Amino acid sequence: MAAKRKTPVKTRNPDLIRGVGKYSRSKMYHKRGLWAIKAKHGGVFPRHDPKPKAPVAPEKAPKFYPAEDVKKPLLNKRKPKPTKLRASITPGTVLILLAGRFMGKRVVFLKQLTSGLLLVTGPFKINGVPLRRLNQSYVIATSTKVDISGVNVEKFDDKYFAKEVEKKKKGEGEFFEAEKEDKKTLPDEKKEDQKAVDASLIKSIEGVVNLKAYLAARFSLKSGMKPHELVF
Amino acid sequence: NSSILIPSPPLSSISNTITHKQTPKMPFKRYVEIGRVALVNYGKDYGKLVVIVDVVDQNRALVDAPDMVRGQMNFKRLTLTDITIDIPRVPKKKTLIEAMEKADVKNKWESSSWGRKLIVQKRRASLNDFDRFKLMLAKIKRSGVIKQELAKLKKENAS
Repeated sequence: MAAKRKTPVKTRNPDLIRGVGKYSRSKMYHKRGLWAIKAKHGGVFPRHDPKPKAPVAPEKAPKFYPAEDVKKPLLNKRKPKPTKLRASITPGTVLILLAGRFMGKRVVFLKQLTSGLLLVTGPFKINGVPLRRLNQSYVIATSTKVDISGVNVEKFDDKYFAKEVEKKKKGEGEFFEAEKEDKKTLPDEKKEDQKAVDASLIKSIEGVVNLKAYLAARFSLKSGMKPHELVF
Repeated sequence: NSSILIPSPPLSSISNTITHKQTPKMPFKRYVEIGRVALVNYGKDYGKLVVIVDVVDQNRALVDAPDMVRGQMNFKRLTLTDITIDIPRVPKKKTLIEAMEKADVKNKWESSSWGRKLIVQKRRASLNDFDRFKLMLAKIKRSGVIKQELAKLKKENAS
């Protein structure tokens, strides 16, 4: 095969309608400059002999044939698309958590991670929610926004939140001994990260009246509240 | 053009504008008449103020408003208000708008207790989650002040 161009050639023959080009075959011959190439090579179009192929080793017959025909699974070329973020969720939105340990807490949205999960923080000092990942299906987005410009969330990704792999030693003694593991404490680095993210957030939160108390309080449905009629 | 007034059964309160002032005391105060402003209480135009510009038959009226195409509506979809305006039968849109300005329908409505209630309802329905929180704090504060005063008065009364 001839060497491929780095950029595909833009067609010199625009479509009048689909299937009909503007220029005829003879015009196109002239446009492509095939006459010039021929002239350069003495009236003959240059021809490259095919490159000598590397000798292919002769295929050996397999040692073993299965008794029944083995079916090959169908090829699957599906690539999952990145999770679409709801239009109502933008960086700085206050979200209400609907499930889990922090059910009902109002929390500030930071960014969407590559896995599709939402990165969120309490801030920790205000309502006890640390830097955490959430699924957007378990969240109500309110229309309240917090100014998030002073926060740097570049370093946080899914790997940051991966569980630490414990090395297990194979031994019988393990099963009999009541294993007393140290309570897993958060590494100081993560605590520092939390403080760094929250510092500028808390400043912008304290700029708005009552917002701090709002984030500290939990959301709950009271008597007479109809969720389908509430504006969040 | 008959001026016969039929003592009407509870349903319809249709009467000729000329004669209704001469009638004996009637239990009805708001009548269907040309120029009566009504509130739509059902359907696509729910919540709108419209003016009755003509009566089609026993059940329907021709109804018009500055921001809608003139059309028929069943009386059951209308709730009559106290406001009337002075218009000829089926006026042009321009005349209608001028007459509404002259009678100051918008301000009369928004200052009436019914109109004010509707505005408050709309405002409450549009409150944000944060707004509802701020509202709760304000209510607590207000009741705190009231309770303080009440306690003071109680103390004065007891002593």
